Formats: sequence, structure tokens, C-alpha cells
Amino acid sequence: MVQTLDEDQRIIEFDVRTDEMLVNMGPQHPSTHGVLRLVLRTDGEIVSELEPHIGYLHRCAEKIGENLTARQWIPYTDRMDYLAAMNMNLGWSLAVEKLLRYQVSEKARHLRVLIVELNRIASHLVGMGAYGLDLGTFSPFLYAFREREKILDLYEEVCGARLTYSYITVGGMTADLPPGWLQRCEAFLDQFEPIIQEYHTLLTTNAIFVKRTATIGVLSPEMAIDYGCTGPVLRGSGVDIDLRRDGESIYTAMYDGYAFEVAVMKNGHYPRDHKYPAVPKDAVLGDCWHRFFVRMLEVVQSMDLVRQSIDRYSQCKGALGEPLKLAEKLPAGDTYLETECPKGQMGFYLVTDGTPIPWRVRARSSSFSNLAVSPELCRGCLIADVPAVVGSLDVVMGEIDR
Amino acid sequence: MRGTDFISELEASIEGSLVGRDLEAVDPWLEIAADKILETCRWLKESCEIRFDGLQCITAIDWFEPDPKKASKVKWEPHTEVVYHLWSTKARASLVLKVKLPRWQGNEPGKLPELSSVVSVWRGADWHEREVFDLSGVQFNGHPDLRRILCPEDWEGYPLRKDYEMPLEYHGMRGR
Amino acid sequence: MAEFLIETIGLPTWFAWTAVAGLSAFLILNVIAGGALVFIWAERKIAARIQDRLGPTRTGGRFGWLQSLADGIKLLAKEDLMPDGADALLFRLAPYVSFCASFCAFIALPFAFDTVGQRLNVGVFFVVAVLGLEVFGVILAGYASASKWSLFGAMREAAQVVSYEVPLGMCVVVPVMLAGSMDLVTIGEKQAGWAVNWFIFHDPFTFVIFWVYCTCAIASVNRAPFDLAEAESELVAGFHTEYSGLRWSFFFMAEYGSMFLVSALAAILFLGGWNGPVPVSELLGFSDGVAATAPFALRFIGCMNLFLKATAGVLLMMWIRWTLPRLRIDQVMTTCLKYCTPIAAAMFLGVMLWQLFLPGGLVPGSFRAAAGVREGWLEQSYRKESAEDESLSLKKLSRHISEVSR
Repeated sequence: MVQTLDEDQRIIEFDVRTDEMLVNMGPQHPSTHGVLRLVLRTDGEIVSELEPHIGYLHRCAEKIGENLTARQWIPYTDRMDYLAAMNMNLGWSLAVEKLLRYQVSEKARHLRVLIVELNRIASHLVGMGAYGLDLGTFSPFLYAFREREKILDLYEEVCGARLTYSYITVGGMTADLPPGWLQRCEAFLDQFEPIIQEYHTLLTTNAIFVKRTATIGVLSPEMAIDYGCTGPVLRGSGVDIDLRRDGESIYTAMYDGYAFEVAVMKNGHYPRDHKYPAVPKDAVLGDCWHRFFVRMLEVVQSMDLVRQSIDRYSQCKGALGEPLKLAEKLPAGDTYLETECPKGQMGFYLVTDGTPIPWRVRARSSSFSNLAVSPELCRGCLIADVPAVVGSLDVVMGEIDR
Repeated sequence: MRGTDFISELEASIEGSLVGRDLEAVDPWLEIAADKILETCRWLKESCEIRFDGLQCITAIDWFEPDPKKASKVKWEPHTEVVYHLWSTKARASLVLKVKLPRWQGNEPGKLPELSSVVSVWRGADWHEREVFDLSGVQFNGHPDLRRILCPEDWEGYPLRKDYEMPLEYHGMRGR
Repeated sequence: MAEFLIETIGLPTWFAWTAVAGLSAFLILNVIAGGALVFIWAERKIAARIQDRLGPTRTGGRFGWLQSLADGIKLLAKEDLMPDGADALLFRLAPYVSFCASFCAFIALPFAFDTVGQRLNVGVFFVVAVLGLEVFGVILAGYASASKWSLFGAMREAAQVVSYEVPLGMCVVVPVMLAGSMDLVTIGEKQAGWAVNWFIFHDPFTFVIFWVYCTCAIASVNRAPFDLAEAESELVAGFHTEYSGLRWSFFFMAEYGSMFLVSALAAILFLGGWNGPVPVSELLGFSDGVAATAPFALRFIGCMNLFLKATAGVLLMMWIRWTLPRLRIDQVMTTCLKYCTPIAAAMFLGVMLWQLFLPGGLVPGSFRAAAGVREGWLEQSYRKESAEDESLSLKKLSRHISEVSR
């Protein structure tokens, strides 16, 4: 399975070879995004083999799900991808609604789009800032957090929480928006839009940043699909899949009527790339730079979607609708639904036996599959490239270990 | 899952692979014989017209009722079910495969049920199979590196089985 | 000053020299320690401002100006930890080696035309050489910590510093060539007068080589984007991963000391040293140039000039650190071997040819008039020194060079 040093073409050859050394990167390490442990087999600065060890944040969420009703499990989904908890709530709620064949009101639909897309911006901001941190620049991290803080303030008004929201729930939302919230949200978007250029200056087009990310960790489309990579990691390799457009009907119906273009390189161009920095000469499709750039484009895309949903939501007449009962009886059966979360496709599998409490709950996490490809990407790179590659996969340990 | 033509093709290509189906369910599924799973998966990925080139998820469900009062009422026999969720990039379609396994190989408690690994078909199956092995106790034959992934390596038992009991103590830490 | 103690007060010679040396050492130590306090505070404030934050605001009343002192007290009170597998002696020794190297280099650094710990006629050589010794402390720390991350940090540091010594040396040789002396005081004095006399403006080649020097200096003191030895996102904290408390703070002080030192060196070599952009003292009439008559205020202004320029250099380093991502080790080496060294070599050649064909430079004579006003003082002190030990061949050589260039 694992190729030896001599076989792999990507490994830089040196005349002098020293003894190999095993190094533990993590679980306490500044750049492993939580409690990830990477065991590196190194020859000097060159990493010949990398092996991720996970499970340090395993909280038995699936087992807990077998003892709670569907709505009671919502707070546990919050703690999976805690940077995009709204998306997790939505994924689980939709899966349960799919089993119940339940459709939320039109107003709730637009509100959901508004909320999850705003959350996508927040998640990508953290991803971007933390990536800068991985490459040794601290300032973009705080610039990103400054803006994310404003999104969290908006969320705090909506549901009282800043990280684990439990706002979207089975059958709708726990509450409607407070008065004046939409204006504040629009004000935020207006203020945020020009700032994206700042991020491009600091990171995307920065010469050192390009040198550190271009041609590093190239993930071919075939390998990405083979490993089940999803989300920006897959789109960074040029595979045109976005579940908001290609997913199951219950999910795509949510985005019905919304205009957006999937952030993926087609014929050597990104959508609307005239507005944003050109792809550097060194960058190869599927490398760290492209994965990063796809995230940056998705921030803009999500902003667009938020604006559209604000319009639609405010035009919606009628009530938001009440969510389902806390212990709603679930019909016997099973269903699986994947949604497009910021980190990738998050799937929830639900098996029921006719009681309100599911028989089996399964969360298929995107970061789990995305991280699984890291040994392939890091083979033969330098130690400094390991944070660059793992950072570009943008993994969240809460989601991997569940 | 769009189109059902490939199902008859599958039946013709690999005899005895398809042992059950439910095309009316919320997620239509096919039941595959346990000894044909690797063959079937390879066929679905390489020969089928809708190339199922992605593996989304592998799940094991433990159908077992530990409570003897309730156990007498359930309609199913205790068994372990392994569910594969496949995805086709070309057709943007998904497919559900189910495999029924005994809870213990030869009903001998402690002997894990065995199934062929599909890592040779989709490399992404590696970690998923390790997780199923770790939490539900299914032995995947032919897996390159079948170790526990979420639990510590010296952990005992398979937490997602219904009759699992948390250990009282683990390395001096209180469990319950 | 030693002569004053011996001749006027009548102290024994050995005692007088020891007292003077002790006083100088004390003053320099204060420059480093005090400077480190100020710079750490400044770095916090600057980083904060760059990052849209406030930084320390409370300690010491306004602006958090006592923050560094509070940190220092915290570091003193911290438990002093050493890993089990560490080499106890080397582990303890390493921070002092680092700090001493940084400290010793200050001895030969003039703060104003005669405010110098020990004036050396090979001052440039001494400063660069001793500064290079700092790497020993880092390697010792990395080796003795018994940690793989520390070892990686130490290896990187060794590779990086040794490589960057080469272009750094070439950059430093250029002002030496222009001044005709390796004496830092002479080099500084040669740039007296208007700002156009500064070596950075001497010719286009020196202007380029100044920036090469800046790059190499940042690399040789391990500041971002060349801070690979302590790259926190890769090597946890690099060579000082296992250090805590006061020992760690010695590394920190050494780093800030070196930062200040290379900036001061840049100021002396290229930016006119203690000479302001406008020759105020000459315009005011203090032009007889004898050290004894130069008022204390002049020295003070000279010191301030140098501090100002060096601080500007340090602030520039901070600005760069909080803006740029870190380079990778191979890219750091590429920068050194493929860019800095060839450019420095070419510029060195350029300056040489320029001196050969255009020795007067492009600067109009009227601006040069003020140059060399304190030459008299220089000559005088030279004569005195050379009478003491005429046998030193290096000194002869430097005098020879200075005569030739004149």
C-alpha cells in the first residue's frame, strides 16, 4: 500500500541519506487545528510518510443519538463542525424531514438559506485565517476574526448563542428573526464586501503565500473522488460538484430560484474571475492555492446568496411555522442525506423502528474523508509543507471524531 | 437513484449477488449477498454504465434488542447490517447497498462477523471500514491496516453494539 | 577615561581599567535589557495596531507601558523546567551563550563618535563575527533539549545563519571599502555632513546593497519571514520549545539585542551613523573637530540619532514580521544562495568600479564641504593609538587603506 522512498517520483533525491526519524506532530501542536496527531517519518526535513491518528475528541455522538429523539439530538450536531453549526443543524433537520416527508414553509426555507450561507462565510473566514496562521502570518487571522465576530453578533441576536446555535431544527426554526435584524445583516454585508480585497492582498496574491502553496499537495480529481473528498477540496481539484445544485431534491429545493455559480475552475477560469486576482503562474489545479482560492470565492458566492435570501424572506407573506414536536414519532425506515457544508458534504444516516428515538444514527463527516487523503498529499514534502497541506484541507476535529 | 436498468444488468453479470431489494422506500436499496460484496462493488464502479466512483459512507447497524421483554416483540432476527452509500459523479446519483451479517461469526460470541474489504475498489473506504470495525465490530478481510481508529488501540468491546457496556475502569479512569 | 583615573586620581592601572570595563559593561547591559523591554512593548503595540487591536492598555496606567516589566516578573516567578533527557550542563549554558554573543557585539558598537565601549580598528569584523556566535547558543539549546522539534530548529538555524553570513559579509565589506577602514568610528565619521554623504546614497550599487543587507540581517537574527528556527506553526517553538522562565527570556533578550544590533550596524554602515541628515553642529560652528571641545550635547544628539535610526530598523522588522507569511527552508536557502549572494557580489564589484572611475561620486562639492570636519580628532586619536602599538599589522593595513582612499 505504502510506496517506499525509491519508488515515488515526487521525493527529492539527495546523495546523502541519514537515518529516519519519527516525529509526533500533535495532538498538542499549534497547527493541527485541534487534537489531531500526525506521525511523521522524516529524513531530515523531508517527510517520507505521514500517518494521521484521530479520535482524541471522540464524544460518542452516534451512541448518544440512539438514546435521544431526533430534535433532542440537534445540540449534538452543533458540536460536530462547531465552526459551521448552522449547517450541521440543517443537515440533520433535513434528513429527518426527508424521512417524515415534511416540507417547511416558504418563509422558513428562505430563512434557512440566509442563516446557513452566513454561517458558510464565518466558517471560511476561520479557515482562511487559520491557514494564514499555518503559514506563519498572524495578522490575516485577526482580520478574519474581526469580521466573523460581527456574524456571531448577528447570530447571538437570533438565537442567543455564538457557537453552538441549535437554531435550525426539525420542521423549521426555533424562533423568527428579531426586528431590525435584516437591516443589520445588510449593513454587515455592505461593510464586508470591500474587505475581501484586503484578504486577497494579504494572502491570495502575496508572493510568499503563493510560493508556499502553489504546486504543494496536488490532489488529482481521480484521487479526490476515490478518497471521497468533498466540498472545496474536491472543487479545488476542478471537479464540478456542489450539492446545492446536484444534491437530492429535498436539499436542492431549498435553493430553488437562487442564482449562483459553483466556485470551480472551468476551462482555466473561475466564475467572475475578472473581479478577483488572477491565478498565479505556478499554481496547478488541485494544489493548496486552489483549495484556498475556492474558499475565498465561496465567501463571495455566499454573500450573494445571503443578499438574495434577504429579499425573498422579506417578501414572504405568512407565518414561519412551528417546528415539530420534541418527541415526534418517526416512521420505521431509513434515510441518508448529504448536504453541502462549508467543509464538504456532511451526511446524516438515520435508521428508525417506529418510535421517536432513532435506532441508529450515523454522521458521515466531510473532514473525515478529506483528512484521509493527507498521507497521499504529504508524501515526500517538507515538514513546513505539512501544516500547509493539512491546513488547506480545512479540517475540524469535532467533525472527524464526532 | 435514477433508472433501474442497471439492476437487471447486475443480476446478469454477478449471479446470486442480489438477494433483496426495496425500490419504494425513502432511499431505495439493494441487498447484496455477503460473499459477493467485493465483486459487486467492483462491477458497480468499473463496469456499470452509471459509474459509482465514490463511496460516501459505510455504516453498520446492530439489530439486537438487549431487553428480553422487548426482544420477544420485535419482528426481526438479531443480525448486523452493513450499509454502503455509493455516489456517481457522472450521473449525480447515489445508491444504497445493504449486507446482512450474523452478529457473531457462527453465533460464537467474541468472533467477529467477516466481510470482504472494498478498499481495493475505493481507497476512501479505508477509514470508514476501520471505523465500522472499531465501533461495531465487523472484520473486513483484505483491509490493509485494520486497526481501531476512534477508540484507543487497547479498548475492549464495540461501543455501537446494542449490548455494549461501558467498562467500569480504563487505565485507572472511572468509566461509569 | 581610564587615563583620567590613572593620571588624575592615581588609581592602580589594573583597577582603573577594570572599573572602566565594568562601567561600560553595565551601561551596555542596560542598553540591551532596557532596549528589550521597550522593544517588546513596542512590538506588542505595533502588532496590535497592525492587527486592528489595542494591545496592552492597562499595566502601568496608560498604554500598558509596564507590560514588559510585568512579563519579566512573571518569567522570574515561573517554574524552571528541564526535560528529563536533557543534557543538564548544555541546557543551562545555551541561553547564556546566546545572550553573551549578542551582548559582546555591543562592546565594539559606537553609539556616537567617541561613545563606544571599546574602540576597535577591526570593529566591523568583530561585530559580525561575534554576532555569528549567537548560533552556538541556539544549536546547544536544540541539541541539549532532547526534543526532536528543538533539534529541527537548531539544524535549521545552523544551516540558515551559516549561509547568510556570506552575503552579509559581502554587504558589510562595501562600506569598509568606501571608508577605507574597518573601524566603525571611522566609517561613521566618513559619512558626516549632509544626508547625501551617507553611504546608502553614495552610488546606485550601495543603495541596492543596503536592501540586500536588510534581508540578510533579518535572516541572520531569525526574524520573520526567516524565523524558521522557531517556526511556531511547524516546530512548535523550535529551539526554545523546552525552555521556560528566565532561561527562555534570555533567548528573547538575545533576539531583541541582536535585532537592535544589526539595525544599529545598518545605521552606521549605510545611514550615516550618529550623523543627522543635516550637519547641525558644523552649521553652528563647532567645526574645529577636537573631541575634548565637542560638547556633551553633541554626543547626546549623536546617540539619539543612532538610536532613532536603529529603532526605525527594528520597527521595520516588526512591520515585516506581522505582515508576511514564513518562507520554507529551501526557499530561505534559495533566497540566500541564488539571490542575495550573487546580487551582493555584483554590487560589490560595481562599487569597486565606481570607486575606480568616479571616486568623487555624484554629489556636488558644496554638499561635501562639511564632510570630514572631525577628521582632526580622528587623526589625533589615531596618532596616539598607533604610538602605543605600532606593531599591529592590521592597524597599519587599515591606515594604509584609509590613506589610499583619501
